[in-house]
Amino acid sequence: MRLSPDERKMLRGDKGAAAKEALELQIAVGKFFGARRLVPVTNVHMMGDIEVMGDSGKAFLERMTRLNARCVVTTTTNARCIDFDYVAKLRQDPREAEKEKQLIAYLRRMDVVTADTCINYQTLYQPHQGEHVAWGDTGTVIYANSVFGARSNFEAGPAALAAGITGRVPEYGFHLDRHRRGNFQVDLKADLGDLADWGALGKLVGESHQNYFAVPVFSGVKRGPSADQLKHLGASLASYGSMGMFHMVGVTPEAPTLKAAFGGARPKEVLTVTNRDIERVYAGYSAKGNPLNLVVFSGPQQSLFEMKTLASLLDGKKVKAGSHLFVTTSNGVKSAARQLGYLQSIEAAGGIVLEGVCFYILQNIAQMRTQNAWSNLVTNSAKLANIIGAHKFNTLLRRTADCVRIAVTGEER
Amino acid sequence: MSATRGRAPLIKVKRAYGDVVEGVALVSREGFSPRYDLDRWSGLISRPGHALEGHSLKDKILIMPSAKGGIAAGWAFYDIKHKGIAPKAFVFGVTNPVMVQGAVFAGITITEGWSRDPYRWIETGDIVRVDPKRKTIQRVQSRP
Repeated sequence: MRLSPDERKMLRGDKGAAAKEALELQIAVGKFFGARRLVPVTNVHMMGDIEVMGDSGKAFLERMTRLNARCVVTTTTNARCIDFDYVAKLRQDPREAEKEKQLIAYLRRMDVVTADTCINYQTLYQPHQGEHVAWGDTGTVIYANSVFGARSNFEAGPAALAAGITGRVPEYGFHLDRHRRGNFQVDLKADLGDLADWGALGKLVGESHQNYFAVPVFSGVKRGPSADQLKHLGASLASYGSMGMFHMVGVTPEAPTLKAAFGGARPKEVLTVTNRDIERVYAGYSAKGNPLNLVVFSGPQQSLFEMKTLASLLDGKKVKAGSHLFVTTSNGVKSAARQLGYLQSIEAAGGIVLEGVCFYILQNIAQMRTQNAWSNLVTNSAKLANIIGAHKFNTLLRRTADCVRIAVTGEER
Repeated sequence: MSATRGRAPLIKVKRAYGDVVEGVALVSREGFSPRYDLDRWSGLISRPGHALEGHSLKDKILIMPSAKGGIAAGWAFYDIKHKGIAPKAFVFGVTNPVMVQGAVFAGITITEGWSRDPYRWIETGDIVRVDPKRKTIQRVQSRP
């Protein structure tokens, strides 16, 4: 790999042991992927919380602070596993909460902005076309590449932190033009209204094409999708398909035309998705005879507009006794929702609104499931329906209004 | 699924990182995520219905067609390595950067791509050698 004079100095340790170590990790990863050089990044988004990192990850951060590690570009954190106001209510482990506080302190000492959100692209930073960033949480990356035309690979926590410390990333994958071209086409004949429909689309396309370098090109979109619809599509594609990029003809910046999206090449494959296909996705989920007593809006965190919709759907209603309805969002969105009265409507109905977290990484989630006799988890997030499986939930993907109805009545119909 | 017995050929991999390792193969036809599929306390595949449900990853050479989403893999590999329940190597058909970043960070051998179908030659329980320097994998001993 070709290194600049500055990078060679860093590798020699002239800029400290932390920067040297960070760059060594990046070079090893870059070599694996055949990167020829490193490119500067302007913004980093990293995942780092005690549930994900464990004691060994925390010890690593402690060591990095001792080495005086400092981020040289703006670096923010992804959703974490604890909302400190809810530790007791959710019967989370106070010792883990304490570790989470220490971990946050280490990150702040490294000049990381602990914003704790997985919707940074909606609330914190919107990169321009061609801008190199280093983001973690797959949903943020696919949104950056696809909707903004920015350039990022999936950057796992340690890799993102390394990028924050060195201010650069190895140039491979979606930093290069050749990986950004579409390679198969998805012709949309489906109406795709609710957010869950877009997630279901992502499941259909992602599950059948599991490959980081598979870049679907959506054509035939009937009306310009909203940011939240693109968010659910992207999060689902990334979750089911491990995908980092998509195009949508006439919608995303690198797809003004079908031809442009494919860079002049022909699609290897053309799929068609109809309303019937979307309905089949919903039909694939079943309560298996167990109670529908848990409804979750999370993964990704809710935008202000999603909060508004939930407030409206829950207005004047009550979550069924014995059932739970959880919402996760960012600190900023929760604060705005409070100002606007959305939060009060959701809470008055019995909903629990957590900030700075994602439901599926909540500390103690597996124990919470058994303590509350949860078996089914109903959600409008296809991503959440996919990833919570490791905690042995049976999931049901349903449209937003259906989820709210289930929370209120405990019944599917 | 039955792998072809007899002398196994060298399988070339496209990309590789890490130390030379030898261990018991754990072969999956299904992709893998340390977040979605794995209990990171026991090291067992915990996702109901996963092709490897109930299997332990500890000290295995894990052979899988693909990686699944999940940024958290980066910390998860480091975590399971320190808990002593990590596999010796990940052998992927196709992988994603998170798996590579995570494996490099944790010091676990990882490879991507294969010149011939490993499912024809390697099955769970075989002893397999992974050589990142030579970019090869090979069955060195059939399962008992």
